[in-house]
Amino acid sequence: MTEEDVVAENPILHHALRLGDDALILGQRLSEWCGHAPMLELDLALANIGLDLIGQATHFLNLASEIEGKGRDADALAFHRDVLDFRNCLLVEQPNGDFAQTIARQFLFSNWQELLMREIAAAPEPRLSAIGAKAVKEIAYHARFASEWVVRLGDGTDESRARLIAGLDWMWRFVDELFDPKDGAPSLRADWDARIARTLAEASLELPKPRRGIVGGRSGHHSEHLGHLLSEMQFLQRAYPGATW
Amino acid sequence: MSGAVAELSFKDRVLEILSHVCDPEIPCVSVVDLGIVREVRGRTLVITPTYSGCPATIAIEQDIRTALDRAGLPDVKIEIGLSPPWTTDWISEEGRAKLHAYGIAPPSRSAVQCPRCGSEHTEEISRFGSTPCKALHRCLDCAEPFDRFKCH
Repeated sequence: MTEEDVVAENPILHHALRLGDDALILGQRLSEWCGHAPMLELDLALANIGLDLIGQATHFLNLASEIEGKGRDADALAFHRDVLDFRNCLLVEQPNGDFAQTIARQFLFSNWQELLMREIAAAPEPRLSAIGAKAVKEIAYHARFASEWVVRLGDGTDESRARLIAGLDWMWRFVDELFDPKDGAPSLRADWDARIARTLAEASLELPKPRRGIVGGRSGHHSEHLGHLLSEMQFLQRAYPGATW
Repeated sequence: MSGAVAELSFKDRVLEILSHVCDPEIPCVSVVDLGIVREVRGRTLVITPTYSGCPATIAIEQDIRTALDRAGLPDVKIEIGLSPPWTTDWISEEGRAKLHAYGIAPPSRSAVQCPRCGSEHTEEISRFGSTPCKALHRCLDCAEPFDRFKCH
C-alpha cells in the first residue's frame, strides 16, 4: 500500500496529520519573527502564538504516530518527512512578508482554526477531542489578537491600511482550501465569513476581491515556499540524523 | 480494607513529595498548587500540561521523576493526560496566595489587583507575557509593572 492508501484508510490519522502539519508549519513561520517584530510586545505575542501552535502540533503528530504504528514519533514526522508528505494547507506556508501580511494570515487562519477546534472538541473521537478542547482555549487568544490588529492597521494610517489590504489580498486565494468539500470543513464557511466580515467592517475595510482559490496542500502539492521552510526547520536532523541533546 | 488504606497512604505520600516539586518557571508554587497533578491511580501518576506548548512540561516531568526516585518510589508510572483540559480554576487557594506574595497577580475573573500596592486601578500592557500563562500589566497608582497569571 502506498502512503496515500494508508492515510485514506485511517480518517483519524488523516485528520491528525493535517491538523498537526497546519500547526507545525505556522508555528515555524511565526518563530521567524522572534527578535524581529516591530516592538517587544509583538515579539512576545508572535513567539507565544508560535509556541502554542508547536505544542498543538506535538500532540496531533504524536497521535498520528500512535495510529500509524510505524515507530515514527512526532519529532520523526516533523523532521524526517519531505515536502510531498506534508498535509498542511497552503495558507500556513505562505511567507511572513511584512507585519501586516503576517497579521492577515493569522487573522484568516486563527478564526478558521478556532471554529474547527471547537467542532473537534465536541466530536466523538476522544483522542482528537482532548487535544482540540485544550487548543481551542489558546486559539481564542490568537484570533482575538489578530482581529484587534486587523482593526488597528485597517483603521490606522494610509500606510498601515495599504499594507494590510495587500496582505489580505495575497492570502485570500488560499482561503477556499480551508473549506474544500473533500479535504476541508465546508460547514464552517458561513460562521467564518460572518466573523471575517464583522472585523473587516470594524476596520473599515472591504472584503478582498474574489480570487480563484488555490488548493493542493492537503494532498502534498505545495508551493515552493514549503521546501525552503523545511530546509531550515529540518537542517539539524538532516545533517546529523537522530541527534539529541 | 487494609488494601484501601495502603492505597490511600501511597497517594498521600506521592502528593506530599510532589508538593515540594516547584514549577520550573514560577518556582514559588509547586506542581500540586498549580493543578498540574491530576490523579494518583494505583501506581500511576497522571499529570497535565498547562498550555499545549508549555516548554516547562518536559522539565516538570523530569523533576517529578527525580523527586520520586529520591523518595524511593522509582516504579511510579507517569502519564500525561490532556482531558479535561487544564484550567486556572485548578490553582489552589494556597497557590494563589503564593503567586500574589511572589509579585504575580493570581488569575481572577474580576478586577486585576496590583500585587505590590493592592490597587485595582491597573491596565494590561501586553496580553502575551514572559511565559504562555502570563500577561503583562501595570499599576496606574503605584506605577509598578507586573505579571498577571491569565485566566485560562
